[in-house]
Amino acid sequence: MTMRIFVPCDAAALSMGANAVAAAVANEIAARKLDAVLVRNGSRGLLWLEPLLEVETGHGRIGYGPVKPSDVKSIFDDGLAGKTHALNLGPVDEIPYLKNQQRLTFKRCGITDPLSLADYEAHDGLKGLRRALQMTPADIVKEVTDSGLRGRGGAGFPTGIKWKTVLGCEADQKYIVCNADEGDSGTFSDRMIMEGDPFALIEGMAIAGVAVGATKGYVYIRSEYPHAFAQMNRAIEIARKGGLLGTNVLGSNHVFDMEARLGAGAYICGEETSLLESLEGKRGQIRFKPPLPAIEGLFGKPTVVNNLVSLASVPFILAEGAAVYKDFGMGRSRGTMPIQLAGNIKQGGLIERAFGLTLRELIYDYGGGTYSGRPVRAVQVGGPLGAYWPESLFDVPLDYEAFAAKGGMVGHGGIVVFDDTVDLAKQARFAFHFCAIESCGKCTPCRIGSTRGAETIDKIIDGENVVQNIDLVRDLCETMRDGSLCALGGLTPMPVMSAMEHFPEDFDRVRERAAAE
Amino acid sequence: MLLKDRAAFASPWDAEAAREIAVRHKDMEGPLLPILHAFVERFGHINNEAIVLVADVLNLTRADVQGVVSFYHDFRREPAGRHVIKVCRAEACQSMGSEALAARLERALGIAFGETTPDRQITLEEVFCLGNCALSPAVLIDGELHGRASESKILELVGVRS
Repeated sequence: MTMRIFVPCDAAALSMGANAVAAAVANEIAARKLDAVLVRNGSRGLLWLEPLLEVETGHGRIGYGPVKPSDVKSIFDDGLAGKTHALNLGPVDEIPYLKNQQRLTFKRCGITDPLSLADYEAHDGLKGLRRALQMTPADIVKEVTDSGLRGRGGAGFPTGIKWKTVLGCEADQKYIVCNADEGDSGTFSDRMIMEGDPFALIEGMAIAGVAVGATKGYVYIRSEYPHAFAQMNRAIEIARKGGLLGTNVLGSNHVFDMEARLGAGAYICGEETSLLESLEGKRGQIRFKPPLPAIEGLFGKPTVVNNLVSLASVPFILAEGAAVYKDFGMGRSRGTMPIQLAGNIKQGGLIERAFGLTLRELIYDYGGGTYSGRPVRAVQVGGPLGAYWPESLFDVPLDYEAFAAKGGMVGHGGIVVFDDTVDLAKQARFAFHFCAIESCGKCTPCRIGSTRGAETIDKIIDGENVVQNIDLVRDLCETMRDGSLCALGGLTPMPVMSAMEHFPEDFDRVRERAAAE
Repeated sequence: MLLKDRAAFASPWDAEAAREIAVRHKDMEGPLLPILHAFVERFGHINNEAIVLVADVLNLTRADVQGVVSFYHDFRREPAGRHVIKVCRAEACQSMGSEALAARLERALGIAFGETTPDRQITLEEVFCLGNCALSPAVLIDGELHGRASESKILELVGVRS
């Protein structure tokens, strides 16, 4: 039987030299005339081990990593999957980081050939869509509602409710829009799906289309993700040829087709109404709500706008049933969350687990502490608009409500770890600065407040009227939080205020200066 | 779209070719961004003639097109250097020393972010997140992603002796 050897095509793996490793593998296969084939899979999400080379054997897939091109010859000399090689990690599925996960949405990512529909089907792909095609639209929507799935982009709004609104609208055209403008620092789960299991998104969008009566879908991908965009285009083409998209979805009477569109370097386009403006070919300025996009969305038509992970979770829900998905999780946070462990972390990567895990488990049990080896001082959860938390909050369970109760947010599930060299006053300044760069300019609190905020923090850092200026920042934050039109201006206060609340010593610059003198 | 982002591969302005690109995309839903991306890919930047031409083909005002071009970071109005280095300066990369890296690159290349070296070889740009946050610091050089980036590695990749 032909042996399969895997080297990921995921951008993170490429960033560590996976293409050169793949080329070396192809050379060895040819030179040794082996009955073996090289597969460019997605990433398993054990990113500190990339490039992770895997060899399929009778007793599971054996991993080697991180592999350099110069290691490849010795891996082949070792008889492929021999146990003596220094980089041999044993069976990849047994690595605790991976073994202790609950992969539902990411069940295929890193395992299958991302561009093989046959491989996709062999790993439970299309089961959800096939079942959906036998159901009434209302029943599909009910299944998604019953699963408890909430928007994985950050807002956590129940996905089924959005779908129900669109289903209830009468219109000559409806749209499914996938928000793949994954701009939050510390997040890469959307990218991993697009590169590693793109058919899961296509299937999820097709199910959404069938459910609400939309015949056209767009996936809006940020231009910082050139590899994901190229892979998505390849996958859409293959899905069309394979009858998954088009005028007869999987042989049914349903019509659904989709296109990938490229953003152009604007963080704000991750906000759903701004994204719609951008898709329409306009400046990415946010819209007033109401009307909700579900009622008047893309080109004024009823539109489902969902985050990529939400849509990619739908095939599992339809295939296995709402109850199975809902069985995972805690409180009102049902199902699993793909958590991304990033920043100054020894073992960064993707961890899909049911809600309820703590930051401490994530950072220490999975992550192994900081990359630098220094103590962890702060984490930022939920992207650039998320709170900075100290170690005293590391036992809060990952849950939308539990995080909100402590002044934080789960967001898109990104966790950025900082060691004890971090200066939280500088991080607070960056939050304002980032908001100033990325503000769409439509509302004053965000447009002006961000710049004034950065200036005021500069004064604090310089030790100028620190007490008064901290009061001023607090006041400004309240105005931005209450007066901004969207989450960019409205949530920029979260990293700023949390930094001031939990790390006041970093803002006490006069005392620092006095101490130095 | 290749997204090579390299002026070295860009063709000189050609109004005929530009019109052909615009007309080919014209009947898409929301054609403006795809056309502008295609222009940047083909010509390396978006000049004033391109704005007039697109406005004409899509029946928009020049102000509309200018407004869109100026809103997005990607639609550069000037050609970039032979190599484009995009350094991630977002939080995950900050936690791994990207600010110090950014400062060292500015010093080594003698330019600030947003500038191109006088010999037109290198353009240095900042970017906020490349989605490689577990392998920070991350940089994108001529469309290729690099993790655990260092000053020496980056300069070697663009052919600058440090």
